[in-house]
Amino acid sequence: MSVARTWRTRRQRYSLVGERCEYCHNAIFPPRDVCPHCAEPAQKEYTMSGRGTVYSYTTVFDPPAGFEAYAPYPVALVKLDEGPMVTAQLTDLDPDDVRIGMPVEMVTRKLSEQGDEGVITYSYKFRERLERQAVAA
Amino acid sequence: MRPVYIVGIGQTPVGEQWERSLRHIAHDAVIPALRDAGVEQVDALYVGNMLSGELVGQEHVGALVADFVGLRGVEAYKIEAACGSGGAAMRTGVMAVAGGLHDVVVVAGVEKMTDTIGKDTTAGLAMAADQEFEAAEGVSFVALNALLMRRYMYEFDVPHSAFGHFAVNAHHNATGNPNAMFPKAITLDTYRKATMISDPINLMDSSPICDGAAAVVLASEEVARTMHNGRRPIRIAASTVATDSLAVHDRRDPMQLEAAWISSRKAYQQAGVTLDDIDLFELHDAFTIMAALSLEACGYAERGRGVRLAEEGEITIEGRVPVATMGGLKARGHPVGATGVYQIVEATLQLQGLAGRNQVRDANIAMTQNIGGSGATVATHILVGE
Amino acid sequence: MSLENGISLMKPLRPVGIVGYGAYVPRYRLPASEVARVWSGRDAELPIVEKAVAGLDEDTATMSIEAARNALARAGVDPKRIRAVWVGSESHPYAVKPTSTIVAEALDIVPLTQAADWEFACKAGTEAMQAAIAFVGSGMADYALSIGMDTAQGRPGDALEYTAAAGGAAMLLGPAEQSLALIEASLSYVTDTPDFWRRAHAHYPSHGQRFTGEPAYFHHVISAAEMMLEGMGRTAADYRYAVLHQPNSKFPQRAAKQLGFRKEQIETGLLAPIIGNTYAGSSLIGLTAVLDEAQPGDRVLVVSFGSGAGSDAFSLEITGAITTAQRQALTTKEYIERRSEIDYATYARYRGKMLMK
Ligand SMILES: [Zn+2]
Repeated sequence: MSVARTWRTRRQRYSLVGERCEYCHNAIFPPRDVCPHCAEPAQKEYTMSGRGTVYSYTTVFDPPAGFEAYAPYPVALVKLDEGPMVTAQLTDLDPDDVRIGMPVEMVTRKLSEQGDEGVITYSYKFRERLERQAVAA
Repeated sequence: MRPVYIVGIGQTPVGEQWERSLRHIAHDAVIPALRDAGVEQVDALYVGNMLSGELVGQEHVGALVADFVGLRGVEAYKIEAACGSGGAAMRTGVMAVAGGLHDVVVVAGVEKMTDTIGKDTTAGLAMAADQEFEAAEGVSFVALNALLMRRYMYEFDVPHSAFGHFAVNAHHNATGNPNAMFPKAITLDTYRKATMISDPINLMDSSPICDGAAAVVLASEEVARTMHNGRRPIRIAASTVATDSLAVHDRRDPMQLEAAWISSRKAYQQAGVTLDDIDLFELHDAFTIMAALSLEACGYAERGRGVRLAEEGEITIEGRVPVATMGGLKARGHPVGATGVYQIVEATLQLQGLAGRNQVRDANIAMTQNIGGSGATVATHILVGE
Repeated sequence: MSLENGISLMKPLRPVGIVGYGAYVPRYRLPASEVARVWSGRDAELPIVEKAVAGLDEDTATMSIEAARNALARAGVDPKRIRAVWVGSESHPYAVKPTSTIVAEALDIVPLTQAADWEFACKAGTEAMQAAIAFVGSGMADYALSIGMDTAQGRPGDALEYTAAAGGAAMLLGPAEQSLALIEASLSYVTDTPDFWRRAHAHYPSHGQRFTGEPAYFHHVISAAEMMLEGMGRTAADYRYAVLHQPNSKFPQRAAKQLGFRKEQIETGLLAPIIGNTYAGSSLIGLTAVLDEAQPGDRVLVVSFGSGAGSDAFSLEITGAITTAQRQALTTKEYIERRSEIDYATYARYRGKMLMK
């Protein structure tokens, strides 16, 4: 991705900053100028929790240019707890361990880089949710 | 609106055309179409093409093709709607003639996909998806379809092997099409053993990367009546385009091709037909999952039951809903921006009784449906033999 | 500055403490026996059991982000009140362009913040922490985030390759009254001792082999620790825990013994045997392991070591806030137990050790 585009979308990529519609109250990610649910224009900034479940998944064996160094890698449609669905890579797991409905959480990871000398793009990826052992509090 | 007729068709063999450039491939379809129609001059040329800029480094394809087919001076431009470019170009041609602005136009679809190496072609095809939030995450176009297929199998409890009937049917029909890329029959066993390319999508679920071009000449009723090539007049009874979100993740229900639903319903209404009237359906089987979803969106099957039609033999040439009668995208080949025009050419051959041993009996009404991306643009056409 | 028993310890004007901490260890493990299999071919004594290796999509920035998220989860502080993000590492993804701005952006700390990357070999993290103490202690900020994190490099086949590991920790410093661990004092002990270095365009560090021991690690660590103990008027027995920089299993144990610490005092923070030497993260992740189980009133001595060379020593006292904070994010142990073993070939791929062009 170009430097300007990486920069412009950094808040979405680093931390899932989206919106919530002021009219229909649906959460929206990525942010838009017009609500996809009710077509009203005004939205409030809203950051997703990063928690969701796997809606579907696959593995990219033949990657598009720019992703060769990472192949093969699992990708998924992740249904966020807040409602929106995102397309993202899964990380820190073996493709054989993925299943539909698996709880996942967002992590910020290296997505692509423009060669050894170019800028690095960081983005959201999802991994199997790590559960804290001590949640009693 | 004026009735619009197909008065000429042309197509090149689909495959890896190493010796021919984009301009030459377009030429190889447009010239036969003009000859078939018996015209030398037309009012306009509309070229459906998706990736000339990315894969050939060439935009401005309308003027380029016009020049190379001897139509220098004519109105011409490229129409782009990803893999639905051919269908969108067709729609543009129909609007021009039906609206009375032009009397005779050529609609061509052309794609040159083999001038680049695999990863660049893969990146190009991913441009059909949302670049900023799908492709940017490293998701290939195949992978997007794999996500749909996996979910479909899960939600409707369909085993992967059930999709094999689409591939078997397409390959069987391709054996009767001299222009098909893979005129070679396969079995369900071939399907099951095919190389995995993005699980659950294997090589036999997927249409190939290839070159090709197809063209049709459209004319108003008045002009069409003066043309006597001795073949059955083919009227375009419906021409519709509908859209959906570019990204699969933005769909209300990813298991429903909403644009295909809208586009097909508008088409039935325009043509004044019901599903029972349609004798064959050239659908967009870029992946077997797309074939299933199209059948469902068009009303041939309930949600999650599209695969059943294939399993029960309904989609063969002798079946209730013959699809991919000349091999479809799977076996004829899928030169992306050209596909929508190939479908029209093949439906015309069927309605004119020229489909050889692939002929659907008593074919009077045919439907074609060309899908851009994973369902964001859908162009549906209904042709009637008079 | 204060003068106690003739040793001057560093103390801020207003009391400062750790208000949040977070660890990060990547998922992959390379057993030392794998390195031995490929390079030594002998059943020699191995310096550690296994080391943590970063995945293909991880670097110091991504690992810092996760550790910092854990620190903020424990602190419950509005990110906009953090006025410094300082990342110490010897594996910053860029030679020029801060890691710290990436971390600050991801945690929504921008734009009213200091952001800088620190470098002092393996003590870059504690260096950042000492500066954060001063920043908060002077009253310039209420909160300052310091991170020690590395995807450590070791030349293929070199002794360092057995141990050079990935991981680290983030410490959020803030006012003492909100802290889970009070900073009693700190001290820095530095000389010009070239025991280990990496030139500007080199991929891998070089080192003086046995010279890295006595004149470098042991001299600095023990001097800093002894001065801290003397300055505080304490002995090893006054501390419940001690964490010493851990380049391998042996060095910190030997130094601890020399300082009079018993095994029980160092075993909690001694992670090198199972995650390796996380360079700038090494002493700080030892500290997070201790904080995960410390009780109010416990005292902790932390001594880092950075080649080149120097040591930072910190004396901490755990407060009552620790108990709640411990549960607010994943523990160091939970990260360490998330373990997936890889072989040398996978490791070579993950760490970019294959010539691709
Ligand atoms: Zn709304």
